[in-house]
Amino acid sequence: MREKLKVFSNGLLKENPSLRLVLGTCPTLAVTTLAVNGLGMGLAATFVLVCSNIVISALRKVIPDKVRLPAYITVIATFVTVLQMLVKAFVPALDSALGIFLPLIVVNCIILGRAEMFASKHGIVLSALDGLGMGLGFTGTLVVMGSIRELLGAGTLFGMQIMPASVDPMTFFIMPPGGFFVFGVLMALVIWIEIKTDNRKQRSIGCEGCPSAAVCGGKCSENAQGGEA
Amino acid sequence: MAAKLAMIFFGMILVNNYVLVQFLGICPFLGVSKKLDSAVGMSVAVIFVMALATSVTWPIYTFLLVPSGLAYLQTIVFILVIAVLVQLVEIAMKKYMPPLYKALGVYLPLITTNCAVLGVTISVLDEGYGFAESLVCALGAGVGFLVAMVLFSGVRKRLEDAQPPQCFEGLPITLVAASITSLSFMGFGGVIENIFAAH
Repeated sequence: MREKLKVFSNGLLKENPSLRLVLGTCPTLAVTTLAVNGLGMGLAATFVLVCSNIVISALRKVIPDKVRLPAYITVIATFVTVLQMLVKAFVPALDSALGIFLPLIVVNCIILGRAEMFASKHGIVLSALDGLGMGLGFTGTLVVMGSIRELLGAGTLFGMQIMPASVDPMTFFIMPPGGFFVFGVLMALVIWIEIKTDNRKQRSIGCEGCPSAAVCGGKCSENAQGGEA
Repeated sequence: MAAKLAMIFFGMILVNNYVLVQFLGICPFLGVSKKLDSAVGMSVAVIFVMALATSVTWPIYTFLLVPSGLAYLQTIVFILVIAVLVQLVEIAMKKYMPPLYKALGVYLPLITTNCAVLGVTISVLDEGYGFAESLVCALGAGVGFLVAMVLFSGVRKRLEDAQPPQCFEGLPITLVAASITSLSFMGFGGVIENIFAAH
């Protein structure tokens, strides 16, 4: 039980996929112009993550090692297609808000990364919990990012007017540069808390969870990460 | 026609830049942009694969999936086609063009999971482009990626000498710099339409 709880809570804070492992940056930056879009994207990714983790973990002894990546991608793409149909049918507003980032969940490194690093080595229950924890951690980050950007950029929160009308909204925050900025500051905040609590660890861009790490062996970003901390 | 193609091409580079404006392909943008030569190598590989992938997926979708009512399989088919294509290119390059393989080979496997490639193949269909327009759009997206990577690798050279507060060191300050680079691209909004509308 304790192990299960640990696996579940890992993704929420300790190994938060966006802020700690720096995975899935594209959707984190792109869809968080509104808090509700962040929530929708997070839940969509969580659905795919949990389902694909369960299936991949169940098939881990059947899939030959050599073709495991194509097999994982096929499983993930199947669930993304299911998700696309469900979202189109039941929440069309979300479908148009997320646009191309809905099918792009297929190449979200969080999902392939968890398949490679966790689901292919652990049982079904643990993998499902890992997927749920990671997914909710991702959702949390997206909602926080979305709330900050929506509050500063449009003066609203989940569509409700929060800022007094006398305060002009800073459009910068809902434009693309605002996404980079808020993400950078949020990451700095996490590192600041780590420094304060004396709990700092080496951080790198992606390679830790990058599914291609096995192929490229870090050559892609050789020297690119030497100075990252 | 030529003006429309040129508008799409330059629009993809400056106004709808995939990395800085549309947030596609951020991982390689942050991961590989520290050195100029690796930034260029990665971008050239991306341009190549984007153009190739689009020229394959567009006919597959239009002439195979749509007539047989399988358009909903788009995502699965496209990602598998891209994965196979990258693998084939890698094998062919290794055999017939060893120098090119040496320069770009490292980046090829990474491109399968680069969301910009899948992104461009899907978005040209969403836009309803024809084959020529799609190809030009894919090339523009690739060149836009190259421009962003090269510009940003210069910015990062400067960042190395800077001394930000400790908690901003590494990625956070890189993201803030990317924010400023992206802000400069906002200035291109409307420019392309006006240039080509004048003719």
